[in-house]
Amino acid sequence: MLRIRCPWCGERDETEFRYRGDASQSRPAADAGLAAFSAYVYERKNPRGWHLEWWLHVGGCRRLLKLVRHTLTHEIRVVGTAQDQPSLPQEPGR
Amino acid sequence: MTAVPNPKPMPASTERESSGRYSGWRLLLEGLAGQRGWSRAWAKALPRPRYRVVIVGGGGHGLATAYYLASEYGISDVAVLEKGPIGLGNVGRNTTIIRSNYFLPDNIRFYEYSLKLWEGLERRLNFNAMVSQRGTLNLFHTEAQRDLFTRRANLMRLLGVDAVALSREAVQALVPLVDLDNGRYPVLGGFLQPRGGTVRHDAVAWGYARAASDAGVDIIEHCEVTGMRRDGRRVTGVDTTRGLIEADTICLAVAGHSSQLAAMAGLTLPIESHVLQAFVSEAIKPVLDVVVTYGAGHFYISQSDKGGLVFGGAIDGYNTYGQRGTLPVAEEVAMEAVTLMPALARVKVLRQWGGVMDMSMDGSPIISKTPVDGLILNGGWCYGGFKAIPAGGMTTAHLIACNAPHPLAAHLDLGRFAAGRTLDERGAGPFPYAH
Ligand SMILES: Cc1cc2nc3c(=O)[nH]c(=O)nc-3n(C[C@H](O)[C@H](O)[C@H](O)COP(=O)(O)OP(=O)(O)OC[C@H]3O[C@@H](n4cnc5c(N)ncnc54)[C@H](O)[C@@H]3O)c2cc1C
Ligand SMILES: [Zn+2]
Repeated sequence: MLRIRCPWCGERDETEFRYRGDASQSRPAADAGLAAFSAYVYERKNPRGWHLEWWLHVGGCRRLLKLVRHTLTHEIRVVGTAQDQPSLPQEPGR
Repeated sequence: MTAVPNPKPMPASTERESSGRYSGWRLLLEGLAGQRGWSRAWAKALPRPRYRVVIVGGGGHGLATAYYLASEYGISDVAVLEKGPIGLGNVGRNTTIIRSNYFLPDNIRFYEYSLKLWEGLERRLNFNAMVSQRGTLNLFHTEAQRDLFTRRANLMRLLGVDAVALSREAVQALVPLVDLDNGRYPVLGGFLQPRGGTVRHDAVAWGYARAASDAGVDIIEHCEVTGMRRDGRRVTGVDTTRGLIEADTICLAVAGHSSQLAAMAGLTLPIESHVLQAFVSEAIKPVLDVVVTYGAGHFYISQSDKGGLVFGGAIDGYNTYGQRGTLPVAEEVAMEAVTLMPALARVKVLRQWGGVMDMSMDGSPIISKTPVDGLILNGGWCYGGFKAIPAGGMTTAHLIACNAPHPLAAHLDLGRFAAGRTLDERGAGPFPYAH
């Protein structure tokens, strides 16, 4: 069970949240071309390590959160707002 | 990672000792002779510096690809590199269901081809894989679902694949355990694919490994690929924990780790890695002789020949490489089990485990060339790649040997994403955690 510390609601079980995927993708400019858009929609780095990701607190404040979580250890390092730009830790997770 | 020493290395140059033909007679004679006449099912090969084809990943797809390359396409200068022992990946972690009841006609044809190969596999491999065509039954619980399943069944029948509609009464007769009028989602009926069923998963890995080894393939265990060598646009070899190995063609068949291996060659794939759990109960007397899936959630169940109930549900739902599952899904699966089959409430769960899988962006697999010359990808199997092992192996071997896609797998190309030809079997869109 993940426990996610929502900045508005406090620490809650993962079952209150809905995963919304990789948050490192940014939408290309309108004239960036098909290849850029296809990469944006379909391609994922899928790292084995620290991952920037969206979680929607659907069973709480209903806000979209940005997490830094480790995909092997599941350690959660940062829970921020959608606007935050956290950098990924350099060291391996616990 | 450090190299794991091979316990009993066997020089690849020496003549291989074959494990011989397996038969009832031999079993009997060996029984009388104290079981001392058996030899290794497959040779523990030492890596050579160069092969025509190197396959990364000794799971079902890697081994089947190697076997068909040697037996069907005459290419036996092949090595399968496996980071651990054979059979500990998803090929030995899945819930063993085979079927071809898909929705998209191209997928129906592909999985039906696989089912046909399963039907003749044990004779071909001379290995008892316990292929059991006990039938797979999909229950429906709403009228909309009935219409959707009817459409799927009709599409299957148009392509000559078996699908039978069952009334509520027929469902009850076939599976007395099901509570038709369960308080949450009463069962309205079901669709049965009589030729669907289960196969002993480890036997599939062992059977293909043995047959591939007999056909001249080097199966190299404890050999992890750690890097990819390129010469311009072309891949030329792999760095491994047992040294550099060069090859004309490199095929990735690493199930949940495709993104990792592709990244070594500078590629980003339309894949996320997710974990799927499976559960096995204590052994009980026979109560279930067909595979059942619950339509009002994500739950499926069968009974193994040892008597354990084998069941599972949905993926945990967030990117992970952890080969373990977490409790919320276990709880959900248990809830669905007890809703559909209340008698199960008294059965104890004995074991639980997880397997890391490639979830592709459209929910369908990828058998394809890649933008890197000489690099072939067999991946993106999501939670349905076990049933596809024979067809996946055959069509990947075809792609490698003929340098052109097999007609039955041409739709599984990697280029479909950029070209807007995605195969959204489930209609869930580009959200891998939703497939
Ligand atoms: C719990 C669970 C239940 C499932 N149930 C079903 C089912 O009922 N029916 C069905 O059709 N499918 C099912 N699946 C899916 C199916 O198991 C997989 O799609 C399929 O086994 C994947 O192909 P594989 O056998 O080649 O994979 P694997 O057996 O995982 O083979 C990949 C191999 O690559 C190796 N590898 C990885 N990285 C490296 C490296 N760097 N160097 C060398 N080797 C490497 C791994 O060690 C592994 O052995 C299930 C999966 C899970 C997890
Ligand atoms: Zn909140």
